[in-house]
Amino acid sequence: MTKRSPLDVQPELVTDLLVSFLREEVGTAGMSRAIVGLSGGIDSAVSLALCARAFGPDEVLAVLLPYRTSNPDSEAHARVVAEALGTPTRKVDISRMADGLIEQEGLTDPTRRGNVMARCRMVVLYDLSVEWRGLVVGTSNKTEILLGYSTQWGDAAHAVNPLGDLYKHQVYQLARHLELPAEVIDKPPSADLFEGQTDEDELGFTYAQADELLYRMVDERVGPDALARAGFDQALIERVAGRIVANQFKRLPPVIAKLSRRTVSHDFRYMRDWQR
Amino acid sequence: MDLRIVAAQTNPRLGDVQKNLAEHLERIEEAVRDGAHAIVFPELSLTGYFLKDQVFDLGLARDAKELEPLREASRSISIGFGFVERTHEGRFFNSWAWAEDGEIQGVHRKVHLVSYGMFDEARDFAAGEEFRPFASKLGRFGPLVCEDLWHMPSSYLHFLNDVDVLFVPSASPARGVEQTGEGLASKRTWSTLLTATALFTRTWVVYIGRVGWEDGIGFGGSTCVIDPTGNTVATLGELEPGCLEARLDSETLLRARVQTPLRRDEKPWILATGLAEHVPLLARMRDEVRREPQ
Repeated sequence: MTKRSPLDVQPELVTDLLVSFLREEVGTAGMSRAIVGLSGGIDSAVSLALCARAFGPDEVLAVLLPYRTSNPDSEAHARVVAEALGTPTRKVDISRMADGLIEQEGLTDPTRRGNVMARCRMVVLYDLSVEWRGLVVGTSNKTEILLGYSTQWGDAAHAVNPLGDLYKHQVYQLARHLELPAEVIDKPPSADLFEGQTDEDELGFTYAQADELLYRMVDERVGPDALARAGFDQALIERVAGRIVANQFKRLPPVIAKLSRRTVSHDFRYMRDWQR
Repeated sequence: MDLRIVAAQTNPRLGDVQKNLAEHLERIEEAVRDGAHAIVFPELSLTGYFLKDQVFDLGLARDAKELEPLREASRSISIGFGFVERTHEGRFFNSWAWAEDGEIQGVHRKVHLVSYGMFDEARDFAAGEEFRPFASKLGRFGPLVCEDLWHMPSSYLHFLNDVDVLFVPSASPARGVEQTGEGLASKRTWSTLLTATALFTRTWVVYIGRVGWEDGIGFGGSTCVIDPTGNTVATLGELEPGCLEARLDSETLLRARVQTPLRRDEKPWILATGLAEHVPLLARMRDEVRREPQ
């Protein structure tokens, strides 16, 4: 990929900023270790690599969380990444845990099954975070956050997230800069929740299309009419804009009904880093 | 003026005045030991930046006992520091104080509160109304808190008041990582603005940035000193705390002003006349003057 894109970032600068971010925001939570669910995909690999730089590889636990139908390549690639970075790994097979619900309730809907798996992984990560004494570091990028392509309280649950302001394109840039193994950079992105799944098939458009459009819509605040005039496909504009709006609930804390004069999340206004 | 200053690029803990004060005192002690005449800290250096409801919790009167250690320390060195100023009638200002000889000698209340994008200062703070220099024993200093610098009249008024040094304490978030530029876009913008201000005003410009993160927003440091001809003479990095030492002298100031005598040649009355078109009160005053029998 040699063609310049307006989305290109300075990977070295971004790495320095994110390493500083991780050290300080994990530090303000009173910790100096991290735990990352490593899927074998590019996002969690980049997150893990940043944590390894921030805390040292020994202080970061990479957790492999396969389900019985997961593609074996996922675990293999995750191991290649952890080995390259020198981080310890822990494997927790979530099959029995997930099937406890999936089989008992006879879940066949792939969305429900996928959500159960994602939430089981969250439970394991948060449980291990106590043993490891580390903070759960997220792996959601800006593209998937804006599209709402994640499971609430599942993969979207974490304490701090170094990737949340990077589009998928920029995650790739960072992955190359951090010299991550080709296995995770070259394969098509997949949530691996069912066989043969790829993100782009499921979304119905490519990350390249989504990134370019989201960048114009969100970063540059270009309206739909101007985007159509600039040559973006009308149907794509509507789908992407629709997803942004429809998934706002995933980006915010739960809604609290205001009754008193001062209400949490309305007018009880303090930062998370309050006195930390 | 032959001034040795220290600009302290700190990382205040959000809302922890005691801890931040202790760090101020440490830095002050070092600066005194090094023989500096003045030490300056960033915007809201005693409290941290994204305060929201903590503005109410942390506001201090100018004579508050919590500030006594700084007043006391100012017997050995002049100190510029940022705090939430509470007035007796219940207003709160984003203020930057000048302590000298055991007392708070001047306070600049941030005039241009930032309330756009990620900022929401005007919700919690009252706005200052004036730009007055600090008449320090060390020189004539023009304080401009962060966004104040972005509005041309701010530095212009200090320029008319013949300040020797503009102090720009700031808490500017680091942002803009695109590949089309080199380094942080926010740093490039500040550098351009500060350099231009030094050139326009022919004064020393001292920018005091802060570092660290508050809920994922990083502050871009980049504390620097710019001489009256626009050369950056000293600078700190974007991410780490540190102390920048610099010597600011009258001779450099004088040479720069002789070389390009912008203040001598300035015609503020042209601005006053032009402003009458934009400020109704001034227009009325002008008309009154014209009606006076000659």
